[in-house]
Amino acid sequence: MDEPRIDVAYIAELAKLELSDEEKARYTRDLEQVLAYVTQLKTWDTKDIEPMCHPLEAYDALRADTPGESLSNEAALSNAPERLDGQFRVPKVVESAH
Amino acid sequence: MSTFPKTNLVALRRKLVDRQLSAVELVQECERRMQRLNPALNAFISWDTERALLAAQQVDLSLPLGGLPIAVKDNICCLGEPTRCASRMLESFVAPYDATAVVRLRTAGAIPFGRANMDEFAMGSAGENSAFGATHNPTDENRVPGGSSSGSAAAVAAGMIPAALGSDTGGSVRQPASHCGVVGLKPTYGRISRYGLVAFASSLDQIGTLTVCVQDAALLLQALCGHDAQDSTSARQPVPDFAAELTDGVRGMRIGLPKEYVSSGNAPEVQAALQSAVDALESQGAEICEISLPHTEAAVASYYIIACAEASSNLARYDGVRYGYRASASSDGTGDIYARSRTLGFGEEVKRRIILGTYVLSGGYYDAYYARAQKVRALVARDFARAFADGVQLILGPVAPTPAPKLHAQDMTPLQIYLADIYTVPANLAGLPAISVPTPQSGLPVGVQLLAPHFEETSLLRGAAALERAWT
Repeated sequence: MDEPRIDVAYIAELAKLELSDEEKARYTRDLEQVLAYVTQLKTWDTKDIEPMCHPLEAYDALRADTPGESLSNEAALSNAPERLDGQFRVPKVVESAH
Repeated sequence: MSTFPKTNLVALRRKLVDRQLSAVELVQECERRMQRLNPALNAFISWDTERALLAAQQVDLSLPLGGLPIAVKDNICCLGEPTRCASRMLESFVAPYDATAVVRLRTAGAIPFGRANMDEFAMGSAGENSAFGATHNPTDENRVPGGSSSGSAAAVAAGMIPAALGSDTGGSVRQPASHCGVVGLKPTYGRISRYGLVAFASSLDQIGTLTVCVQDAALLLQALCGHDAQDSTSARQPVPDFAAELTDGVRGMRIGLPKEYVSSGNAPEVQAALQSAVDALESQGAEICEISLPHTEAAVASYYIIACAEASSNLARYDGVRYGYRASASSDGTGDIYARSRTLGFGEEVKRRIILGTYVLSGGYYDAYYARAQKVRALVARDFARAFADGVQLILGPVAPTPAPKLHAQDMTPLQIYLADIYTVPANLAGLPAISVPTPQSGLPVGVQLLAPHFEETSLLRGAAALERAWT
């Protein structure tokens, strides 16, 4: 955490983003600056503090498992970039066997 | 620039009920104002007058919001209308369902009208990160309106629409309200269902209102609240009469002023606004006491780690498969489609935050950044809990360290921009309700902020109404 180094090219790959060299340089600069700033987090005493992942105390949020109304097939597909026979159409993902 | 006089919901409702104005005429008047002002302000990405007129013709004036047009931020789904989040990614997306907040608006008789411009996916604080162009501040067109609910604030401030919904993840309702001179309310986390609000950072996001006055905020909140089975984080708290204490005043109330909020980094206008609020509250019998929120300085660092981490996860859904932008495939393989679609669909700031969020969640860094940020979040929340337990009923502070900056201020680094959120992100980290109330000074608008304990919107609105009364 002392010397924030960020391998932007690798992180972008994880995030499924393609960056130009100019973008890589810009984001590296911006994010190293932000990370240098957030290293201050370690200066605060967090001994015995539980991580807070939700602003309100957790409660039992499960509801009865009863079937309700769902989006129709048509509505669910209404924004599909490509569709076929009531399904989302995507490019071929399986390589052909040779 | 010349804008239209603002009219509040309560007054418009009276006119509608007294038949001095019809709901159709009201929609037509709003449209006239949008036509006139939108070319200069760019507060709306789109609007559907035909749809609004149809609703106006069938309006039930006996309902609490009967016939009142309300603009909706572009990240809140309205059935059959574009919901683009001001992003190229969702340029052609038409919502196949209504957000619960929109259902509740309609149930209360309101007419959702206009898709308000915003920072892309609610990431920004100036309204400039929109794929549909920047929104301008109605008070000074060369300045930003704030963000990310830029269009909602600007439209209400310019009198184009009487009220609007926004969303507030780190100040996105309160800060543009402050910069534009309107009332911005962020309720307690969970008060208003997030179902149909496009997710940015799920543990921080909350729908809020932008209105001309405090009474309107109470009126809208009343219609929007209540548990929703579609949102597992929606609160099961009873919904009180939010307007019950509006005229009760602040006599005998103890209001905390955190010493960390009276910073030398604040612009003189902001310090003056804060002093004016102290005077107004004291003159009405409130006791202002200095308090300390010692972890204030840590809030921005904690917030940006958490918000970006959650965003990187939430925005993983945009892959060009089921909805949203799909890049044309030049070769085989969905991996290519994912990356190309995301690369071309997302704007610069969204990518920046996805990268930061992906980084802090990636192997080896999780504990150092994300877990640490969550612990500091607990410290920030504990500061507030202690202050309220020690007997203050409300907390007073600035909204932003400066009035609205100039447009295209490119000398600011992303870090400098993030640091300006110091007074608004704590309420989101702690889940507290908070409101921005405009001060009456001439020149650029500046708001002050009040914060209350969880689910104490009634006393929050009471304090805000007292400020408003002192200033009008």
